[in-house]
Amino acid sequence: MKSATKFLAGLIAFACLAGATSSDNSKLTDRQRALHVLNRLAFGPRPGDVDAVMKDGVNAWIERQLHPDGIADRAVEARIAGLPTMAMSNAQIVKTYYEPVLMARQKANAEAKDGDVDKKDARREFLRDIPFNQRPQVVMNDLLSQRILRAAESDRQLNEVMVDFWMNHFNVFAGKGIDRFLLTSYERDVIRPHIWGHFEDLLLATAKSPAMLFYLDNARSVAAPENRPLLAQRFGRRAMEMNPQLKNRQGGLNENYAREIMELHTLGVDGGYTQKDVTELARVLTGWTITTQRDGGQGAAFIFRPMLHDAGSKTVLGIRFAPGGGMEEGERMIHVLAHHPATAHHIAYKLCQRLVADDPPAALVDRVAAKFLATDGDLRETVRAVIRSPEFWNPKSYRVKVKSPFEYTISAVRAVNARITDPAPIARALQQIGEPLYGAQPPTGYSDKADVWINTGALMNRLNFALALAANKLPGVHGDVVALIPAEEAADASHSVEALAQALTGGSLTEETRSTIKSRIAERNAPAEDPWDNTQLPTVAGLILGSPEFQRQ
Amino acid sequence: MINRRFFLKSSGLALVGGSLLPTVFVRMANAATTKGGKTLVAIFQRGAVDGLNMIVPYGEQAYYAARPTIAVPRPGAEGGAIDLDGFFGLHPSLASLSPYFKDHSAAFVHAVGSPDSTRSHFDAQDFMESGTPGVKSTEDGFLSRAVGAKKEASVSPLRAVALSPAMPRILSGGAGAVAMTNISQFGIRGGANVSGGFESMYAEAVAGTLGGTAKESFEAARILKSADPQKRQPENGAVYPNGPLGNSLRQIAQLIKSNVGLEVAFADVSGWDTHAGEGGAQGQLANNLRNFSDAIAAFTRDLGSRMGDVVLVTMSEFGRTVRENGNRGTDHGHANVMLLLGGGVKGGKVYGKWPGLASQKLYENRDLAITTDFRDIFAELLTKQLAVPSLKTVFPGYEPKLRGVLA
Repeated sequence: MKSATKFLAGLIAFACLAGATSSDNSKLTDRQRALHVLNRLAFGPRPGDVDAVMKDGVNAWIERQLHPDGIADRAVEARIAGLPTMAMSNAQIVKTYYEPVLMARQKANAEAKDGDVDKKDARREFLRDIPFNQRPQVVMNDLLSQRILRAAESDRQLNEVMVDFWMNHFNVFAGKGIDRFLLTSYERDVIRPHIWGHFEDLLLATAKSPAMLFYLDNARSVAAPENRPLLAQRFGRRAMEMNPQLKNRQGGLNENYAREIMELHTLGVDGGYTQKDVTELARVLTGWTITTQRDGGQGAAFIFRPMLHDAGSKTVLGIRFAPGGGMEEGERMIHVLAHHPATAHHIAYKLCQRLVADDPPAALVDRVAAKFLATDGDLRETVRAVIRSPEFWNPKSYRVKVKSPFEYTISAVRAVNARITDPAPIARALQQIGEPLYGAQPPTGYSDKADVWINTGALMNRLNFALALAANKLPGVHGDVVALIPAEEAADASHSVEALAQALTGGSLTEETRSTIKSRIAERNAPAEDPWDNTQLPTVAGLILGSPEFQRQ
Repeated sequence: MINRRFFLKSSGLALVGGSLLPTVFVRMANAATTKGGKTLVAIFQRGAVDGLNMIVPYGEQAYYAARPTIAVPRPGAEGGAIDLDGFFGLHPSLASLSPYFKDHSAAFVHAVGSPDSTRSHFDAQDFMESGTPGVKSTEDGFLSRAVGAKKEASVSPLRAVALSPAMPRILSGGAGAVAMTNISQFGIRGGANVSGGFESMYAEAVAGTLGGTAKESFEAARILKSADPQKRQPENGAVYPNGPLGNSLRQIAQLIKSNVGLEVAFADVSGWDTHAGEGGAQGQLANNLRNFSDAIAAFTRDLGSRMGDVVLVTMSEFGRTVRENGNRGTDHGHANVMLLLGGGVKGGKVYGKWPGLASQKLYENRDLAITTDFRDIFAELLTKQLAVPSLKTVFPGYEPKLRGVLA
């Protein structure tokens, strides 16, 4: 039954594909092509964008988007430069925003020592004394702001789509310990500079990032005592055994990161590694950790500590390391993982799932994986291979994906051409719709499949967000839907619906939906009793932004 | 063994004595009210809770040998476990569940889990929720299939509810489950014409995921509006602890009391992935367990006699290594522990054959071995609590062995 269905689906897909080259009616129109790239390679069209892309030519637009460095984007960058933490290093952020919290804790502990004061109350008091602009929330607020502002307003739209993709692929959860202070540098210095380069460089940058080292515990993974000759030399083996404090401080192996780098970041869960490979790779990666101030410098940076590295021999994925190696072992394994065919397939699959369809055609994935391997993991070439594929342009792919909450909220903001002075309500809405930014706890990140996003509660929250946005009820997100259509169109109920539908969706609202809106809202009463006026426009816009068509991309 | 049997006997005596026991819910065969049916409440501890520190095998020296810094001391010692049966003890943070074990309304199953060998959170959760360990192509969750297998003429759109922003795997599928985080805010904020506009738009225009989801949403919203569950405050002096699980369980209790036809409720609670600094009697895991225990105890107290119609069950994707790692934590393991609490549970017992912690008894020389498949426990819950007529589609290709955990 199942295979028969698959066969049938395959036949249909083949028929469409074959038809796409020969017959016009199974090809996307120019307008559809423009809308398609604005939905998939950008966060949806703003008013006028579809026409602009058509005028420019879809191919020219794609090429420009594939080279974001050539797009000036000054307005957005100027706004982001105004966020105080955006230019700070990890160490500066920790010093400015985390140390006051630690100090408050210390002071509270000291005060509560004699038992007269409650420790929690005292801590709250001291935290309240921290000036508003030095509170730890500033860091996350800035980070959320830049991400939302860039997605909504940057001209480097494909770049922002890929930042979203790779931040999710190499997910780091802000809620884990000090990671909320390390994510600023992680996105700015680790992810953004590497997403158009070679995969190995991106992988290595994440492997050496304090944010990832902390999130997946590699920072605290060290060799078993018997495999640490350097440390034994320094302290004496006997001293280590005798002194429990010394022994405990030194810790032991932690396989969390070794597992996830293979399962999630590179090979994929069926990539052919074993539990033994996980343990051995964890041994290879011992000593990859984070500096403290005692190391000189400012702290919160990558360091390899030879004394904590496992000096024994190891074998990972059939590659043998002789005793006595150091950091180069880990770098070698990162190189091997980055060029593994299973990695190529895993990355290709995820890119196709993001850009083409929830269950991408196997042939497409294979071709993209081959491009990945042939270009030494060149991510620009790999993404281009997806976009240039017939599957991307197949009418079967058109509007087949449901928007993720981030794509949905940002595309709605762009559709009404809203000006964002405070992104906080958007960040809150993302929480309610189920995709808080930097808030995915498991290392898998968020799913790219519709059935995960579409459920009753989340759908209600989407519709409520649409209504609030269109009614200009999100403080800090200023949209004026009345300004989107000419005054003469707004004077008439039916014309208003048509004009707004065109302005907000680029013409993808079905006849049925338009007439539903007209009968429910615009023509709900006898005109004499309750004449149409343009104060109804926000409700009409809310219905359009909540419509089934607008949930898709 | 002698100790265990003796303890069971003496706890039976204590039950007769009774005066020291907390308010015990009344167990009635068929429902406190005529409208209220039976409900199964499933809680997923995401991240793999350390079951060996939850229900501590304090009778095994190997447990203490494997965990020099994070073991929970034996009963009687400072911060010691709360004895259950002379061999197992409760983590002291689970103290609020202890009365329910004593009055035989709570039971545990140890060395239970999913037989697949994966130590990936993602895969293991996926297998446990799909109910098909080792088979990745399963599209829906087993609780969804279970609800769907009950071929009833009219079903409530609120018969399966997940207190969660996204639909969990375990309830995704054709049964039309509802996911929400706040039952009082569920609905369209914009008047009848707007809500009606959306409703007809989705009814006309869409087939598939979006259309079906929308239809269920609007029906569920209507029922919630008229039942007004949030007016029902916690009863019997129940105080839910702050945090996501307390919040979820408080709302599940409200739904149960409102008689909206809830059959399956699901909530998840994370923060169990204790690779570092796990702690023993105190610390990270202890704090999480206290919140977990207090939330479940508050739920039980809140429902009072209605608890006779409810069974609460907990699960987690796999257990953790027997030996602590170099960071005073534990890594991904194999078998784990489940809690069963409520009407019909044959409580006061730790079920499951105990495989032992000696090196040669461990799974892959590192983890607690599985002696009970988690599907055996769910098979019994689904059959006896939810009256699911057949489990053939729920656990395809698996022949569950009922373990007698429910009356």
